[in-house]
Amino acid sequence: MKQEESMDRQVLVEDVWKSFDRGRIEVLKGVSLKVPKGGIVALCGTSGCGKSTLLNVISGLEEVDRGKVRVSGHDVVNESTRIDLLRHHIGYVFQFHHLMPDLTLQENCLVPLVATGGDRNAGMARLRELAEATGVAHRLGQRVRELSGGERQRGALVRSLMNDPELLLCDEPTGALDESNREKVFDLLLDLVRARGRTLVLATHDPDLARRCDRTVKMRDGRIEDDNAS
Amino acid sequence: MSLWRMILTNLRRHRVRTAIGATGIALGVATMLSVVGLLGGAVKMFERILRSDAEMVVFEKNVSDLFFSNVPVDLADELEKQSFVREAQPVLFTIIAAPDRPVVTCFGIRAGDGRLRKGEWLQGKAADFTDDGRGVVLGERAADFLNARVGGDIELGQGLYPVVGVVRMENGFENGGVFMPLLACQKAFHKEGVCSVVTVALAEGSQPSEVKDWMATRHPRLTALENEEFSRGYSQFRIMKTTAWVVGGCAFLLGGLSVTNTMILSVFSRIKEIAIARVCGFSRGQVARMIFGESLLVSAIGTIAGWALSSAGLYLLARVPMLQGYVEPRIGWQEVAGAMTLAVLTALMGALYPAWYAARLKPAEALRFE
Repeated sequence: MKQEESMDRQVLVEDVWKSFDRGRIEVLKGVSLKVPKGGIVALCGTSGCGKSTLLNVISGLEEVDRGKVRVSGHDVVNESTRIDLLRHHIGYVFQFHHLMPDLTLQENCLVPLVATGGDRNAGMARLRELAEATGVAHRLGQRVRELSGGERQRGALVRSLMNDPELLLCDEPTGALDESNREKVFDLLLDLVRARGRTLVLATHDPDLARRCDRTVKMRDGRIEDDNAS
Repeated sequence: MSLWRMILTNLRRHRVRTAIGATGIALGVATMLSVVGLLGGAVKMFERILRSDAEMVVFEKNVSDLFFSNVPVDLADELEKQSFVREAQPVLFTIIAAPDRPVVTCFGIRAGDGRLRKGEWLQGKAADFTDDGRGVVLGERAADFLNARVGGDIELGQGLYPVVGVVRMENGFENGGVFMPLLACQKAFHKEGVCSVVTVALAEGSQPSEVKDWMATRHPRLTALENEEFSRGYSQFRIMKTTAWVVGGCAFLLGGLSVTNTMILSVFSRIKEIAIARVCGFSRGQVARMIFGESLLVSAIGTIAGWALSSAGLYLLARVPMLQGYVEPRIGWQEVAGAMTLAVLTALMGALYPAWYAARLKPAEALRFE
């Protein structure tokens, strides 16, 4: 593989196998996936097909049994690589916001900066910019428990983008929202990613959302069944 | 936003849990400082009884308690003839019974002993306390609980003794004791010719080693120690001090369990938060630092509260009329430093398992945790 080709790929997953319960439950069975920089990819499939596990494998949150995972030119092989990726290259949004309820939205969004020890002034400037873009700037001083569901999920989105990651992984990011908020948050997500030229890998079982992505990868029983980029 | 801000927030949002953890440490610190302070004060008071303007004390070698020490009284006279000794005073320590008071400390001393001069004479005068008489001087508290006055007689042991003075002594043991002429005391206890210790005041420019060398040559059965040496080496003091630290240490152990419990609950109740912190890039070390930081802060709060609690308790105790003079708590910087060191160790030990558990959490698994 040529070096330039490799660098153009944001995510490279090669023949990845992952099982749980000491091998009794096989969740990923030889999955391979290539996502170029700026790609917007939806992972689709029914619950339990391996979408979330694949996202966890890409982020390094789950170790693989076999196979190779490469993100932003780094092999995901050990703890220090995983931490470096999560600090500087990957943002993660979950179905539930997982914000800390007793911190303000601003404090929650600054948690990634605590991890990296990044510059506070630059961090605050970035926070203001992202909060403006997501429409939660006026809510930054509120505690999480005082925010609506949509605001919380937007807050989670801001937090995931605080360290300006090249790759955003989203696991059913609108799954816990009502229909109106679902559309708004998803529009916002796509706008932010496209405007910044970032890469998005999204797990969803909502075909409408999947259709709005550049590419749809359908998973079934731990394997990629269909990839409309192929 | 900083790690310390997160730590503070974590502690603040679980106030009751934090308070319970801090209370455990506070009780440990308070117990340790109180016990060490009280026993330290008692040791100091006893040391002062022995010193009485002297730099050295002579007693029988290898005795477990000074009450069992037998030193010839003639030694005091012999010592006073030496050029390196300014004054040598024999003292016989005994316990005597009085009606309704089975235990009264009795000091058999000579009239020339300086300790009575230091007291405030409330009744009688020093001249009435003579070497060849039977007249006793009572400490103020002893006079009170024995219901005795100058001019009356008091029953002590098998004998009846005239009271010739009542003195207010600063030291609780002396203030609650009886001063008896040495000869009368020896007779009452069938210890003719002996005393418990001889206190030695050195002549100006003389060295303790001169007394030690002289004693080693002339009286190998006896030993002469400087006051500091005596305090360090006397087995009763060592037992008291060790007891104080052991009791305090046990209290700390219980405090440590409370911190461990607090921190375990703290970790288990926010497993998902810890997982999210890991997803945000927290290393295992940072997660562990957060848990240790919380534990140290709980301990710091507990230590300050415990210090305040013990200081207030000892202050009040020292002012209880019944204990006046007996309780002279001393909390020195060594005791405070010791308690703080133990508090930090307790915090670190208490957080060891919770921090290890939190640091080893796998974020993906933790986020699935219900």
